[in-house]
Amino acid sequence: MTGRSRLGGVLAQVFMVVAVALWVTPILFALYVALRPISETNRLGYFSVAKKLTFENFANAWTQSDMWRFFLNSMWITVPAVILTLVLASAVAYVIARVNVKFNLSLLILFTAGNLLPQQVIITPLYRLYLAIPLPKFLSESGLMYNSITGLIVINVAFQLGFCVFVMSNYMRTIPKEIDEAAIVDGASLWKRYWRVTLPLCRPALAALATLLTTWIYNDFFWAITLISTGNKRPITSALANLQGQFVANQNMIAAAALLAAIPTLVVFILLQKQFIRGLTLGATKG
Amino acid sequence: MAVSAPAAAGTAKGPRRRRRFSRRDRLVIVVLLGIPLLIDLAFVWLPAFASLLLSFTKWTGVGSITLESCSDLPKVPGIPQPGCLYGLENYHQAFTVYPDFWPAVRHNAIWLGVFIILATPLGMLFAVVIDRGIRGSRIYQSVLFLPVMLSLALIGIIWELIYSPNYGLINSLIGRTGNDNLIDWLGDPNLNLWAILVEATWRQAGYVMVLYLAGLKAVDPALREAALVDGASARQTFFRVVFPVLRPINIVILVVTVIESLRAFDLVYITSKGNPLRGLELLSVAVTQNIVGETQRIGFGSTLGVVLLVISLVPISVFLYQVLRKEEA
Repeated sequence: MTGRSRLGGVLAQVFMVVAVALWVTPILFALYVALRPISETNRLGYFSVAKKLTFENFANAWTQSDMWRFFLNSMWITVPAVILTLVLASAVAYVIARVNVKFNLSLLILFTAGNLLPQQVIITPLYRLYLAIPLPKFLSESGLMYNSITGLIVINVAFQLGFCVFVMSNYMRTIPKEIDEAAIVDGASLWKRYWRVTLPLCRPALAALATLLTTWIYNDFFWAITLISTGNKRPITSALANLQGQFVANQNMIAAAALLAAIPTLVVFILLQKQFIRGLTLGATKG
Repeated sequence: MAVSAPAAAGTAKGPRRRRRFSRRDRLVIVVLLGIPLLIDLAFVWLPAFASLLLSFTKWTGVGSITLESCSDLPKVPGIPQPGCLYGLENYHQAFTVYPDFWPAVRHNAIWLGVFIILATPLGMLFAVVIDRGIRGSRIYQSVLFLPVMLSLALIGIIWELIYSPNYGLINSLIGRTGNDNLIDWLGDPNLNLWAILVEATWRQAGYVMVLYLAGLKAVDPALREAALVDGASARQTFFRVVFPVLRPINIVILVVTVIESLRAFDLVYITSKGNPLRGLELLSVAVTQNIVGETQRIGFGSTLGVVLLVISLVPISVFLYQVLRKEEA
């Protein structure tokens, strides 16, 4: 019995070591290629012993494109979108969890189902809608939802709302009702019970969702590709598609650019991985 | 288990409770609910519904859209027709003459198949092994999870280095980098879908792993111990005791798997540099091709969107059914 389970332990270790080796290979390989000059890899291929390792590709990728601008665009989209999504989703969640409205369940279904739709189901009419909605100049240079940062914020908020409503309403139901009822006895208004009493208790869920949303919205590719036409308005993730064209002769530099774009997600991975996973699983285990 | 908490919620009965809301409270409820609802309806559900309506029209996006039948409108050479009612013609064209349609459906189905047969079981296996608490499991989990946090655009780009015909890792290892014998993994229509599915699996397995791990952690240890005391083997304990208890999470994973394979887009877009590439036709890519580029085909693009919608209603309903049952419990 113990002999068998020890064998099982060894097998498990071997399996995991092989899997992990396979899993890190693409990332380390990309880093290795990005650190080598194109002249060298053109001669020797990527799979060869490096004669020279340099950060040149990273520096060139940064200076030869508007990368700082793409990063700024990403920030201007991600930060407002995450905050808005969390505020709006927790508002709906509070009503669903604490106010006995007749159509609670329909609301939950509406939001949740909306989040599960593939983006491509709605893109065609959405694209026309964005071309039809005017925006004041200070919100959009083009004067339209289309090709504007505001437009991207709105669709990211709209699309992520469903998931967050779902998670938040489940989470709020795990908070004892008595807390809310005590606040009613104390004469607290509904707004106060939502903003001052319930939301602070939701901090763990909000932190987890914020981490998750930041990564998801930062990583968004589809909305930015379809709803932004001007290259320099794109956030960094979708701008990689343009950079791929611009640096077409230098795959090493494209790899460097892609790795630079991954830095914020890698920071989240290192510092906030637990929060991210909590966010994911909050939705799943309560589903 | 984590799922029983909401059961008691929402049972407080009507009249006594309704008096608790002052007029101002009611106004707040309307605002708290109204704004998000409006956003969700306007930017998700309205377009979804409009997709359905537009799928019965023919419209280049130029000029207005009329309620006349397309066959009644005069065709003037050089002047684009305004939008018009096209009946089921778009669907007819999609199913018969549109060359990308059936390949796209087939590729989406293959995508789903690979996720179900390979990515999902692999992720579950990772989870089960890690859940046993073997040495180094925390590092293993982190590494296997890393791809989930990376954007698909980045994943597409770094895998190009692996698959590069002349310089890439794989061809170097198998000695096929010469121009006369190289393998074009991402260009060859017989290979490229499979090559990309390796990339997708690389990411999806980690995703399934963390979902499944969360499920496993929620299983009452006493259940396992009881099974072991009763003389069940480790395998029996897993398949007969643990797996059935994990039904809710299994359904979530199934839904995630189906939806992710319908959404598949970014990897293909990056790999094909935004152009259609033979071997990589997908429904999502086909939809998008009708709104980018010179001639827009709003009606036809919407039709493909509706096809995608109808398919995706299956996993969505399964998921909602799961939620509903719990609400009513």
